[in-house]
Amino acid sequence: MTALAGWSRRDMADRVAADIPEGWAVNLGIGLPTLIANFVPIEREVMFHSENGILGVGPLPPAGQENPWLINAGKQPITLRPGAAIVGQADSFAIIRGGHLDLCVLGGYQVGANGDLANWSTGRAGEAPAVGGAMDLGAGAKRVWVLMEHAARDGTPRLVERCTYPLTALGTVSRVYTDIAVIDVTPDGFVLREAAPGISIEQIAARMGAPLSPIRD
Amino acid sequence: MIDKFVPSIEAALDGIGDGATIMVGGFGAVGQPHLLVDALGERGLRHLTIIANNAGGDFGGLPKLIAQGAITKVICSYPRATSKTAFDTLYAEGRIDLELVPQGTLAERIRAAGAGVPAFFTPTAAGTELAAGKEVRTIDGRACVLEYALSADFALIEAWEADRWGNLTYNAAGRNFNPIMATAAGVTIALAHHRRDLGTLAPETIVTPGLFVQRVFIAGGSA
Repeated sequence: MTALAGWSRRDMADRVAADIPEGWAVNLGIGLPTLIANFVPIEREVMFHSENGILGVGPLPPAGQENPWLINAGKQPITLRPGAAIVGQADSFAIIRGGHLDLCVLGGYQVGANGDLANWSTGRAGEAPAVGGAMDLGAGAKRVWVLMEHAARDGTPRLVERCTYPLTALGTVSRVYTDIAVIDVTPDGFVLREAAPGISIEQIAARMGAPLSPIRD
Repeated sequence: MIDKFVPSIEAALDGIGDGATIMVGGFGAVGQPHLLVDALGERGLRHLTIIANNAGGDFGGLPKLIAQGAITKVICSYPRATSKTAFDTLYAEGRIDLELVPQGTLAERIRAAGAGVPAFFTPTAAGTELAAGKEVRTIDGRACVLEYALSADFALIEAWEADRWGNLTYNAAGRNFNPIMATAAGVTIALAHHRRDLGTLAPETIVTPGLFVQRVFIAGGSA
């Protein structure tokens, strides 16, 4: 299956950012989801949460102005925005597990048509698994969106009927943003919400392991 | 007179022996008491259990302890580093045990130990490999996993300011696991960066009250 020229990684992050309204408390997973914050203007007051106890993550610091005591979940230097607060790990995960986050955007290996998420382990033997806060976020946030490439590099679909990788959380994903589409996960399975410019629903569906319903009016 | 300041790192680590279970504060390298962990590596210890969110990371003194074979088991949420570490090697050879715990469950287990809650149910990890073998109960329609409180013999933590009662403040994101670990260990040993006279820390800014802290070593040794 040939690769399609859809959205770039920056476009993907920008596309998610456009759907985050002012006032939400949002956790961004490590990797690609971290980029989303760069596309939410500081005037749109979104509270970005970092699992290590920060509510109100601000823009990246200019080179040379990093504070070694301020990092995000990916251990990268960050700043605080006006209004930021810092808590300890138990309170930070009370924010996550207590249902106080409006949204969490995670990376993924696979998303099932039933909303299951696999994003923490490939199950390879002899390799130490690491989970971090992924299971807490998957189980605790009010909404879980996934931002990932539509298919693996070898073309293997990542939107599938049922995940085959070890699960992170069950029935939790409500929307997936990929390089070629925005797809809702509904009780009826995957439903197309938006196709990237120049991409057809047939092309999107051909790169999935589960049925895709057309955009609903 | 209550005075928890100790004059040396040796005095701070007094009594930590083979087989001890030790919590180490920090998220990544931030808030980890590197001086204490480094000094622990000089003691030739064996059979330690380390509870630290990023045990297996590639920073601070833990990699050295692991490479020495001092650590039998780590309990953590994220043992992975960007580069291959001594932990990866020992793990692949089956020479170190890993109890992988979702980070929020790890924090809550520690908090529960300090708060006298012996166990709790949580939806986190329900239906996943990390719930294998654990009791599951449906509560309010959701599958929940039984998790037990997690305590330790010692906690090594990093604080920003300390007074002689052991009252502590933290700097920026250096707080993370430190306050809860202080509540969950038999002996809590704090590395602090600034010594303050008793009564000069504003009570409402103290995050860890001194009753949770047994020893304080001031970085730079000015105690």
